[in-house]
Amino acid sequence: MWATALRWVHPVSILEISVVMFFIKENYSHPSFKLGIKDISSAAPGIAAWGMMIGVAMIQSGMSVFDSVLMTLIVFAGSSQLAAIPLLVAGAPLWVIWATAFCVNLRFVVFSAHLRAYMMSWPRWQRLLAAYLTADLSYVQFVKRFERPATELTGQRSEQAYLAGNCFLNWASWMIASLLGIALAHYIPADWGLGFAGVLALVGVTCSLATSTLKRISSLIGGVVAVLFFTLPLKLNILIAIACSVFLCLTLEMLFVRYKRTVAPGEDGDTYE
Amino acid sequence: MGTRMNEFWHIICILGLALITLITRSFFFISERQWQLPAWAQRGLQFAPIAALSAVIIPEIFMFHAQVSMPLTNARIYAALGGAIFFVVRKGRGQVVLGTILVGMAIYLPLHLGLGWS
Repeated sequence: MWATALRWVHPVSILEISVVMFFIKENYSHPSFKLGIKDISSAAPGIAAWGMMIGVAMIQSGMSVFDSVLMTLIVFAGSSQLAAIPLLVAGAPLWVIWATAFCVNLRFVVFSAHLRAYMMSWPRWQRLLAAYLTADLSYVQFVKRFERPATELTGQRSEQAYLAGNCFLNWASWMIASLLGIALAHYIPADWGLGFAGVLALVGVTCSLATSTLKRISSLIGGVVAVLFFTLPLKLNILIAIACSVFLCLTLEMLFVRYKRTVAPGEDGDTYE
Repeated sequence: MGTRMNEFWHIICILGLALITLITRSFFFISERQWQLPAWAQRGLQFAPIAALSAVIIPEIFMFHAQVSMPLTNARIYAALGGAIFFVVRKGRGQVVLGTILVGMAIYLPLHLGLGWS
């Protein structure tokens, strides 16, 4: 069974396990690696604050230090951890915990559809590793930096290096802060409101994404729909918000932006403002 | 025996959660099979990032205990507004997200910890 599993991953995967994508020389020596680090560095304190809060939450909800550290090191997904913690502590059935985490993570499935066009040219092993490490902010900054997937090798190398750099700092600040949160859980009151720094980091990044009228409308729709459906379980309000926002903005774009596209075919980016 | 079973069960559970992170984040490119997203969907996905982030932050800012909360004593509204204004004033240049966090927390913490606002 293991042999099949390993063959399925990639023939040279065993070697590559030890050379995680941050440490592939082609990545970290590429100028885009630094650019990725620079982009995420501004938001890193927010990520760290949010990570620390999750570390504290795990211990304060009664998880053992071993479980908390293991979860931090391998699960690497704040919102699904937050959803799973009380279930794990309460001893809920495995399938309930896993189904909950899957639903809370559904937004990543949408993101993966978006990232597919960028990533299919990479070897499967690197693709899966990169995806595993690409949390919300890395995805958001990546597709902002590279609005269209590169078609030639130089561009693809640059994309890969950028993502590696961005994920690296995101991962490192998350891990350090989260482990610190576990260690200091008894000294950090949950009510400090530390986690709000994470929300503020997202506020900043959201502002940076609002580059066109349609994107601002998209933001508004997403926010309002998420509030309207807030009482749905499993964070499904976020998924519905993304779906509504995408479909309404596509419709608006077709209704109001088409005339510009006939003027400049192919130039259908954010130029319509 | 009971605790050892429990510990084993926790490890399986956490391993499964890690696998779920991997599967959801790589969902559409696990398979090598050739297919393409329809052009309209690819276009529509450009709105997904900002919609997703807004869907996360707007309830965090405007809601309290699963209810829309817009009293004058909601510190998060002032903090987020302050941060956003900072972003616009700086026109998004430099380490502006860091500034957004700092300005926001400088507004939030005194109101939240000092005055006990939500």
